[in-house]
Amino acid sequence: MKVKKLIILISASVTLLVLSAFASLAFGSRNVGLKEVIGTLFHLSSTSFESLVVRERIPRTVFSIIAGASLGVSGALMQAITRNPIADPSILGVNTGASLFVVSGIAFFHVNSASQYIWFALAGAAVTAVFVYRIGSMGYGGATPIKLALAGAATSAALSSLVSAVILPRTEVMNAFRFWQVGSVSGATWEGILSVSPFLVAGLIIGILSASALNALALGDDVATGLGVNTGLVRIAGALAGVLLCGATTALAGPIGFVGLMIPHTMRLICGPNMRYIVPMSAVGGAILLTVSDIIGRFIGYPGELEAGIITAFFGAPILILIAMRVKVRSL
Amino acid sequence: MTNTNVNIVRAGFYKRRIRYIAVTVVLTVFTAILCSAMLYLGNTRYSPEVILRVLLGEQVKGAAFAIGTIRLPRMLAGLLAGMAFGMAGNTFQTMLRNPLASPDIIGVSSGSGVAAVFCILVLKVSGNIVSISAVIAGLSVAFLIYALSRGGSFSGGRLILIGIGMQAMLNAVISFLLLRANQYDVPAALRWLSGSLNGMKMEDIPALFIVVLLFGCLLVFFGRQLKILELGEQSAVTLGLRTDRTRLLLVLCAVFLIAYATAVTGPIAFVAFLAGPIAGRMAGAGNSNTIPAGLTGAVLVLLADIIGQYAFDIRFPVGIITGILGAPYLIYLLIRMNRTGGAA
Repeated sequence: MKVKKLIILISASVTLLVLSAFASLAFGSRNVGLKEVIGTLFHLSSTSFESLVVRERIPRTVFSIIAGASLGVSGALMQAITRNPIADPSILGVNTGASLFVVSGIAFFHVNSASQYIWFALAGAAVTAVFVYRIGSMGYGGATPIKLALAGAATSAALSSLVSAVILPRTEVMNAFRFWQVGSVSGATWEGILSVSPFLVAGLIIGILSASALNALALGDDVATGLGVNTGLVRIAGALAGVLLCGATTALAGPIGFVGLMIPHTMRLICGPNMRYIVPMSAVGGAILLTVSDIIGRFIGYPGELEAGIITAFFGAPILILIAMRVKVRSL
Repeated sequence: MTNTNVNIVRAGFYKRRIRYIAVTVVLTVFTAILCSAMLYLGNTRYSPEVILRVLLGEQVKGAAFAIGTIRLPRMLAGLLAGMAFGMAGNTFQTMLRNPLASPDIIGVSSGSGVAAVFCILVLKVSGNIVSISAVIAGLSVAFLIYALSRGGSFSGGRLILIGIGMQAMLNAVISFLLLRANQYDVPAALRWLSGSLNGMKMEDIPALFIVVLLFGCLLVFFGRQLKILELGEQSAVTLGLRTDRTRLLLVLCAVFLIAYATAVTGPIAFVAFLAGPIAGRMAGAGNSNTIPAGLTGAVLVLLADIIGQYAFDIRFPVGIITGILGAPYLIYLLIRMNRTGGAA
């Protein structure tokens, strides 16, 4: 890619991200003017009503940026290592797996802080990812999109019944945890963000480091091996990073779907198939998408709000349909 | 063909026929047992004699309410909805030649669900309008999926993939409608997330009964054509079947069944998906399995409802039980299909 185009792309996306972050601080059941938002950001100790409102919105804005970035990168990595256009944490059922483990942790093991959720979420994500991929790759032709999607949809449907079964009898306790069924960023706290961020940072670093090896992997396993890439290692690293990212995000946000599907495809359209651009750009794109979805949810749901997971599913599912229409029949 | 060969073929035919009839009879008996159990079980258990008297219209103190107003509609709704899901699911699966192409996986049920939830929560209507809009929405979704998957060359795999996308989108709409709803309406509408037989009323039953009877009979009547469609487009055309017309008719019947049942009970997870393959395994290939599939669907719903009501300390809605029971089978089916290379 030309340097000039790259600069334009980066500056445009960063501007968009900053704008959406500001919008996320300003809009909600009570709108706050831009002046007050900026004022609050520079004088965090201010105690006026507006600045209290803005301060309440800072954690969720920060979290929607981090979570969106993680989901975007996670999707990009999963698509690259499975060489499958529809790989996405939600389609593969990984988010629901993480969700189920956390809900079980809360219900049966009396887990109650984000730093403990995260281990359950990661375990759930890892187990589900391996399980779905194993089933999807059985038989003739390996892991084709249709087989993976079906294995994922089936597993996801099964797991969400289990989530309901765990949640349902504990209505009072679980009212606060309704977002385990539809993901939302509204429950974010600084404590939670701090406890998941080491995992997210680790996942992002592994993802960015493995980008060039993933480029080679796109040429096929034989060629990649010929180019001196240890394909097994790259797959494991990529999968590890993908699971870390989506598992840790789900621990705090519940299952948010389709961000990991939409963003890498959009980025591939904009900046070509080079993973070294796609991975970081997916992070920025995912952050923008999730933040904007969260804002849209606040507008549509006014005066309450609508979970971001619902918005992303509504806009993301047509992308899956588009991909399904474009994929050649043979490779289905 | 020599005479012995003819005899072998004929013997095989009769053997399959006997197996089919045996399975149908066993399923019918089992359904009847479950129906009686639904009437018998509960907080107060009445003797069979009392139940019979209530069913015949006699006013028995206490029992008339418990059985006539609560248990009977619940049992009938489970029975009819189960049959509707089973037959419709089997029709879709056979027609598209893929056990995964059941209406609850490719989004047709969700389409009906969206319309029904919209009518109940936003337009505040009930009764037939809900069912009719559910039918229209189900049909529109079915045709939309079909139209979208036609581009270039038709492929069952593509249709399912598009259906999964459609399903996700429609479920987002359902969640949206539920979350925007008035607090007081939510419990009534919550069944749309999992499907439940709670609070069935006798008024809901006659319309469902007529639909199941009418379209169920149509599906049974066209079982032979369905069987021919399963051979694939080309073979079916060669055998003299007007494939487009037959397919349209079958889809219409199946969607009517699904949509009406969904409007009454909500989307009971996996019943439409499970009934066909289970019935097929029991009754064997080579028959049109519409009747066994319908009965299997009824057995699944009734059994799951009994389990959900009495097996645990808490009462689970039927949809959660069928979801948990159905999931392992779905995964088993996937594994088996992938092994034999049957997908798409």
